[in-house]
Amino acid sequence: MRLTAEGAATRIEGPLLFLRRTLDVGLNDAVQVVGGDGRTRLGRIAAIDESFMTIEVLESTSGLALSDTVVRFFGEPLTFGLAPSILGRVFNGVGRVIDGGPPVAARQTQRIEGLPINPVQRAAPRDFIETGVTALDLMNSLVRGQKLPIFSGGGLPHDRLAVEIATHARLRHESATGGDFAIVFAGIGVPYDSAEFFRRSLEQFGALERTALFLNLASDSSTQRLLTPRFALTAAEYLAFVEGKHVLAILTDMTNYAEALREVSSSKGEIPSRKGFPGYMYSDLASLFERAGCIRGVKGTLTQLSILTMPADDIGHPIPDLTGYITEGQIVLSRDLDRRAVYPPIDVLPSLSRLMKDGIGERYTHADHPALSSQLYAAYARSVQARVLASVVGEEGLAATDRQYLAFGTAFENDLVSQPEARTLEQSMEAGWRLLAGLPAAELTRLSDAQIAAHVAPRGAVRADAKR
Amino acid sequence: MSRASIRSISGPVLHATVSGPFRLREAVEVGPQALLGEVVRLHDDEIVVQVYEDTTGLRPGAEVVGHGLPLAIRLGPGLLGNIFDGLLRPLSGADSAFVAPGMHRAAPSTFAFEPRVAARDTLAPGAVYGIVTAASGRAQRCICPPDVGGEVVAVALAGDYREDATICTLRLPDGRTHELAMGHHWPVRTPRPVRRRLPSIVPLVTGQRIIDCLFPVAQGGRAAVPGGFGTGKTVLLEALAKGCNADVIVYLGCGERGNEMAGVLEEFPQLTDPKTGRPLMERTVIVANTSNMPVAAREASIYCAITVAEYFRDQGQDVALMADSTSRWAEALREVSGRFGELPGEGGYPAYLSSRLADFYERAAIVETLGGDHGSVTVIGAISPPSGDLSEPVTSHTKRYVKAFWTLDAKRAQARFYPAVHPLQSYSEDARDLAPWWAANGNGDWLKLRRRFLTLLDDQAHLERMARIIGKDALPLRQQLTLLCADLVNDAFLRQSAFSPVDRVCSPRRQALMMRLVGRFVDLAEAAVAAGVHPDRLGELPSLRPLQRMGEDIPDAELARFAALEANLDRDFAELMRSHGAGDATHR
Repeated sequence: MRLTAEGAATRIEGPLLFLRRTLDVGLNDAVQVVGGDGRTRLGRIAAIDESFMTIEVLESTSGLALSDTVVRFFGEPLTFGLAPSILGRVFNGVGRVIDGGPPVAARQTQRIEGLPINPVQRAAPRDFIETGVTALDLMNSLVRGQKLPIFSGGGLPHDRLAVEIATHARLRHESATGGDFAIVFAGIGVPYDSAEFFRRSLEQFGALERTALFLNLASDSSTQRLLTPRFALTAAEYLAFVEGKHVLAILTDMTNYAEALREVSSSKGEIPSRKGFPGYMYSDLASLFERAGCIRGVKGTLTQLSILTMPADDIGHPIPDLTGYITEGQIVLSRDLDRRAVYPPIDVLPSLSRLMKDGIGERYTHADHPALSSQLYAAYARSVQARVLASVVGEEGLAATDRQYLAFGTAFENDLVSQPEARTLEQSMEAGWRLLAGLPAAELTRLSDAQIAAHVAPRGAVRADAKR
Repeated sequence: MSRASIRSISGPVLHATVSGPFRLREAVEVGPQALLGEVVRLHDDEIVVQVYEDTTGLRPGAEVVGHGLPLAIRLGPGLLGNIFDGLLRPLSGADSAFVAPGMHRAAPSTFAFEPRVAARDTLAPGAVYGIVTAASGRAQRCICPPDVGGEVVAVALAGDYREDATICTLRLPDGRTHELAMGHHWPVRTPRPVRRRLPSIVPLVTGQRIIDCLFPVAQGGRAAVPGGFGTGKTVLLEALAKGCNADVIVYLGCGERGNEMAGVLEEFPQLTDPKTGRPLMERTVIVANTSNMPVAAREASIYCAITVAEYFRDQGQDVALMADSTSRWAEALREVSGRFGELPGEGGYPAYLSSRLADFYERAAIVETLGGDHGSVTVIGAISPPSGDLSEPVTSHTKRYVKAFWTLDAKRAQARFYPAVHPLQSYSEDARDLAPWWAANGNGDWLKLRRRFLTLLDDQAHLERMARIIGKDALPLRQQLTLLCADLVNDAFLRQSAFSPVDRVCSPRRQALMMRLVGRFVDLAEAAVAAGVHPDRLGELPSLRPLQRMGEDIPDAELARFAALEANLDRDFAELMRSHGAGDATHR
């Protein structure tokens, strides 16, 4: 069914187009708005009453006129035509192919808004993913089906880290990423070179044919930016839950998405909430982030790794703040570590993986993994305290234990967080035990005597010998 | 039945022209899918309806049907062990992996019924007329709705019945007959009546030391848990749901993560109820409106959850309601209010936020039920303050209505010190009333020790500030000792892993022993330092490490080991004093 309304427009205000209601259409139905300039723009019906309807145009409205604007009604909400062949293709922010190839022959279409996964049908994510990054694997483990964002800042190497995670991620004891692994990449308002960096890197690692790219460049319309992650996640859900693939969805940069949300909201004249962002930003972000997980009886999984740049590196800014309340943890990058050439510059203290507890331990990784990570956390937090103390009273003014902590903190950053190449979990744990050997055993209250005897004491001895 | 026709729609709010009477707050079915909604405004011939589901596809002219009843939920024996959406519609049993809009009702299940009344008995409101037993073996009472009472005309014989079958017929005082099934409907926004409220003198034993010993909440009390993201609100609430000694747990996931609900659903059936030894899921009702489910239903979910809690209270049970998170509910209130074009108050929230919060928290109580039993509802609400700022409206208003306040601290959480309850920013107004209970449960010194620990922790905060300026070693010995003791209180007593098989839940008995032991160390240490022992030497005592790890190492089944630990501690100190005396002598 495709219906058209011609010359029914009565008013255009920002992204909103008001029409006389000449047809029987439903709320949220998709429309195509064709201007006198011949360009088509996607839109949706935002409100209807008996005589009028309001259309939210999702692309630029400039150039539209009241007289010659034609609106075509789809009679259904926005959908995306999907097939396994979307892998290896490049789309724009509204799901149109832009790599010069033929359009995708759709096997099925899905609403881009998606539906909430029934919590009863969800399977709790458990499969530990080895990323090769110690600060993740050992300290903040990622599991399949998790949504874990990277909180970064302008100029930090989040893109590089995301690519490394995407190309290295595998289950333990799996030699290489299997054929059922796919990447969906959504560039939301990213600069051209950043999008190009991802494309090139994925190509380099030979992952491009397993990737569907959705690009909304910084120069594209900001209303479209609201659709990009929805098209991308619809593709990801299809690949995961219909095609049974293990999908890693990378959304970058969610800050641009939120900015677009604010822009569109204010042009609609809505009452702003914190920092001008709309009051429904939490629900809106949740409608994206919640589209991750595992479903009972379905082979595929959908893991989300989104990147957001914290405005002014402020973790309390509404964008990272609301994101942190929705996602299952966060990985925080630190400018300070980056300056000290620690790569990856992951600040482990504010970082967190909420699902870690479900994916580690005896049945999944190693029996001592939880205690080791907890002890490292406690010790590093203590070392940061010691550092604050030392900055005032000087290192010499510290008690002996605090000085040991100080040394531990430096070693933690330089030898554990910083890593020249990928490590296996065993190598990461080894590095962790080695560090703890530099502390007095009495301080290791989160380890059992057996753990100290098995892992720390022998290394402590070696270390002491080596020093002499 | 009244009908109306949709005039305009915008998001979850629609206007409709009526052809029949509608009441304010009446529940309505909207459009061909019978979406659930509620009448929120009346205007001449127009009603404004808030729809609780996705309105995509609705069009003007579609029908709105009302039955003259307020938004009500069906309460009955089928609630326990199940998961429901924000409007108490079952989520289990759906065949699709996704939640689509439209009504869905659970197929009624069958329970064994045993009558407790006979024909010609008089049944008062709230009285028990039968016992139903689920397949799991858990018995529940059939209670008369609070607004119905009369003479029993007929009652079913003992046997298996569907939960919606009529099992008892009453003749009301006005001569009409009324049929009762195993459960009944109740409007969610109306508190269920009780005979009278009772004073709270018994704690809700949560199994978490920092809560039970430092900031306890009484049965029938109200507690709030504010904390920024990542401070462990959900983990703490889940730990309470697993370990507390309530008969029934109502767990409300309000605007939170779907994976968390999946985790609860997977974990609870495998854990055992500390009170009965049965699977934990049998005492649990989960109400889930995850963050991507319709926002309007989030506003209603909190009322559904507390109505369910009151229903079990009226059966004479002690109920704990965990609401995670009330901030999401307040935000839903704000969003819906914005759609109605109401004037925003502080932080964009409607001006009635405070009174709505009060309405909700006031429904927590320990009561004598209409049936003459004692029951309680304890409410524990999580708060997610934006950027962890506790001066925001939801936190500051909630603070006025709760008696226990457990502030979660980002610093503690970052050091993976859980539960990350900040001892100086938390409080409990119930503590004094609960001291007699602790005295009766093996800890007569509870109030004294509690005060002692809190003072130590308070002093620690001051001294650490000072140490930051002059260095720790420059502090007087007594103050260095305070730091050592406060560290011990934190490490040995307050830290408790929610995932440790041993320390997940701590019985009151073990709590008392641990509390006394830490108190004992502090006493001995103070005496030693007063006698001139350097605090650093206390840190070298061999029994210190077992003390620090006693939570992890000594399970509830081996409480005798605490006595051994205490003996070691006494011996170490005696040894220390002796060698110190000797050392002094040789120096001189």
